[in-house]
Amino acid sequence: MSVQVENKAIKPPLTNIGVIGWIRHNLFNGYLNSLATILIFILLIQLVPQFVQWAFIDSVWFTSGKECHQVEGACWSVVTQNIRFNIFGYYPYEHQWRPLVAMIILVSMLIYSRDWKKWSRKLGYTWLVALFSMGVLMKGGLFGLVSVESTKWSGLPLTLLLSFFGILASYPLGVVLALGRQSRLPIIKAFCVVYIELIRGVPLITLLFMSSVMFPLFLPEGVTIDKVLRAQTAIILFTAAYIAEVVRGGLQALDKGQYEAAESLGLTYWQKMRLIILPQALKIVIPPTVGILISAFKDTSLVVIIALYDILNTTKSILNVPEWTGFSTEAYLFVAAIYYFCCYSMSRYSKKIEKELEYKADT
Amino acid sequence: MKTTQSAEEKPNGQPIIEIIEMHKWYDEFHVLKDINLQVQPQEKIVVCGPSGSGKSTMIRCINRLEEHQRGKIIVNGTELTRDLKNIEKVRAEVGMVFQHFNLFPHLTILDNLTLGPIWVRKMPKKEAEELAMHYLEIVRIPEQANKYPGQVSGGQQQRVAIARSLCMKPKIMLFDEPTSALDPEMIKEVLDVMVDLAKEGMTMIVVTHEMGFAKTVADRVIFMDFGEIVEENEPNAFFDNPQHERTQLFLSQIL
Repeated sequence: MSVQVENKAIKPPLTNIGVIGWIRHNLFNGYLNSLATILIFILLIQLVPQFVQWAFIDSVWFTSGKECHQVEGACWSVVTQNIRFNIFGYYPYEHQWRPLVAMIILVSMLIYSRDWKKWSRKLGYTWLVALFSMGVLMKGGLFGLVSVESTKWSGLPLTLLLSFFGILASYPLGVVLALGRQSRLPIIKAFCVVYIELIRGVPLITLLFMSSVMFPLFLPEGVTIDKVLRAQTAIILFTAAYIAEVVRGGLQALDKGQYEAAESLGLTYWQKMRLIILPQALKIVIPPTVGILISAFKDTSLVVIIALYDILNTTKSILNVPEWTGFSTEAYLFVAAIYYFCCYSMSRYSKKIEKELEYKADT
Repeated sequence: MKTTQSAEEKPNGQPIIEIIEMHKWYDEFHVLKDINLQVQPQEKIVVCGPSGSGKSTMIRCINRLEEHQRGKIIVNGTELTRDLKNIEKVRAEVGMVFQHFNLFPHLTILDNLTLGPIWVRKMPKKEAEELAMHYLEIVRIPEQANKYPGQVSGGQQQRVAIARSLCMKPKIMLFDEPTSALDPEMIKEVLDVMVDLAKEGMTMIVVTHEMGFAKTVADRVIFMDFGEIVEENEPNAFFDNPQHERTQLFLSQIL
């Protein structure tokens, strides 16, 4: 039996839709908000033209440091004239195409793999080849490439290297630690708890110091472990502890019934985790996980403390040259833009994944 | 406590489930007290009792979602003990249907069904899918195969959950209040599927308050209260002539 319903829909009042509606709704929605809108508007009028004047109108782009001191506006020359040192640091000048190619390979691989539906065994092998060729390009010593000590690795390639492998290795390690912390086996559980609490209890700087100063003292005479590798390890161990706690949150947020249903089907522990629990738990914790990964990316700048020259430290070195002292604002803005670009990309990517994993109409 | 004879009624054959003097505690709290139960292959048992009486806990002990602390539980010839290495083997033979369905929300209905056969039974994917479709037809929702659990109704979800268990071709099916989370109009569709299953000869232990179901299907009805089996009888006698005072009180409240 169907009932005819007359369509009585009429248009909403004009003041509620369109531009006026939007302005009312978003900018002047109540006294306090109206006040905030006006204050912010005034502030913007004061600041934006000044910034534009400084950054673009009065600025110079390709001058020497001396000429820069004569101008009122921004001296972007500090960036443009030192760009190669800023990006590549102490990597031998004539070989700097090598880290450049390595970075291009890394970025294109990342862009290519961003759609997880494309992930396959073949792509995995491609990654192995890519990683190997990046290693060869950076290190040299093969295929007629001159060997370059890892102590010379610096600038943006170092930052990307430390963050990429830091994130890549700490994520699975963190997941394993989180599972270990929930283990029924007392020794495994105790180890994971102690590890997580110990690492979270100290600042990253301490770990970096220990890896670079204290750790070599315990090694037998003549044995040395690469400094970059030690810093890398410290970053991985540190980040993993934080990931572990976030993942544990996801594991606990899952309904107990999911564990029970998986168990009663006869799945083994690892099948249960891999097929049922982790796919759901890791999805829940995407936002905090990405938060940790982003801060791990930025924390790589702390390697300055053990005299590794990441992109922030090469910038600092440039500013120590008398010709360029005083232009730190410009130089740091440039580095900030690079960091922002990377972090924002990560953030956007996580949003995208979250959306794709959203299964329709949750119960 | 009083139990009527049960093992004597069906003297032939080995019981598929045997619970002997089983006790369970949650810390200090004594949830199950001296439980004795034998279930023959193809027998259908309905367990009822007030909430908190230990009925769910008892059937959850049978596939060791809960551990018991004293006594013996022997399922399909294997005794459930603490150092049992492959509890998975026992669980694969014991299907379980939960009150809240517990379907895997990140998988399609078809994938929910094929998961067990593929990973536990090592069945080829294609074969597992055919099996899954077969059981979806038995529970009467083959057209929903490619939807996600969140997209179908509660009654349909519970039928998917039953089909998921059946895909493992279990020897025993446990039902833990399968209809208590459902809207009234959906209860029947689930019970119908369970009645079909009973007619096929499945060994079933069902915790439920659906007394109509108990009357039509059960070989025995067990009444539990305060962690004990208070009374046990075949359905007609159980409903028409309850022996124990607590059983009479309970039946007067729910009928």
